[in-house]
Amino acid sequence: MARVVVDVMLKPEILDPQGQAIASALPRLGVTGVASVRVGKRIEIEFAGEPDLAQAQQIADKLLANPVIEDFTIRVEPVAGTVA
Amino acid sequence: MSGVTVGVVTFPGSLDDRDAVRAVQRSGATAIRLWHADPSLHGVDAVILPGGFSYGDYLRCGAIARFAPVMESIADAARGGMPVLGICNGFQILCEAHLLPGALVRNQHLHFRNRDQRLRIESLSSAWTNSFAGEQQIVIPVKNGEGRFVADEQTLDRLEAEDQVVARYIGGNPNGSMRDIAGIRNEAGNVVGLMPHPEHAVDALTGPSLDGLGFFGSVLRHVANARARAGAAR
Repeated sequence: MARVVVDVMLKPEILDPQGQAIASALPRLGVTGVASVRVGKRIEIEFAGEPDLAQAQQIADKLLANPVIEDFTIRVEPVAGTVA
Repeated sequence: MSGVTVGVVTFPGSLDDRDAVRAVQRSGATAIRLWHADPSLHGVDAVILPGGFSYGDYLRCGAIARFAPVMESIADAARGGMPVLGICNGFQILCEAHLLPGALVRNQHLHFRNRDQRLRIESLSSAWTNSFAGEQQIVIPVKNGEGRFVADEQTLDRLEAEDQVVARYIGGNPNGSMRDIAGIRNEAGNVVGLMPHPEHAVDALTGPSLDGLGFFGSVLRHVANARARAGAAR
């Protein structure tokens, strides 16, 4: 089993009010000095056999991320308990 | 009856499909219920994608509905000139399907907004707004959590220059939408996306006005004009 991890983030120029809400809560925890927080999504895709990066790229581009507002990165991650 | 049929799609999680059907009937057209899993459009003259939370709004609003079997037929028909109106979640689906530019994201203040909203109709050159008066002000309900229209500056400039902004919020922007945009149309004018809900403003008993009828009356006129042109060409 192999896992492909897709990270989806709002593009830098797109306002992220969720991140702002989190950042504004941090002083209540006594945390200061945080300049900015942004929220994204992590999606794990497990292939039955070898990880198909080309297919993962297609999935991410067509469905997981909206290229108008989001960027994504793809990487293969070893699954715990299996031999890489 | 006008002899015009308007299809209203039901996705899993659609909420406003029944109100859209009633609005179509009130305007004098025949409403045909369309099902997300059935690719047939059953010969309708126009299609409405209603509000709601299709597929639970999972991933992104409209992202999964875009791949429903009925959407392929609607995208083909829209490219061929068939009028399509996406209301709220329907607007999100049209953007996800790249039938309209831009995207709808979380409201700037993170609150769900539900209120009667004043709008200015900015463009009469669409299949769904041709019956309004220029710069007419209307009041219809708005209710969304992810209704903030965003696009890059170049796209926004183009939308304004090409008369593709069909409606703008006035008297307060409910969601932080860029340039107060409440609705846009495609280049051809047959596809319109609208965040507020005209289908909830067609009855004095339940709505803040009857202003919503203007959108449905417009498409009747659009279809009738297209038929007259086709008849004259014969």
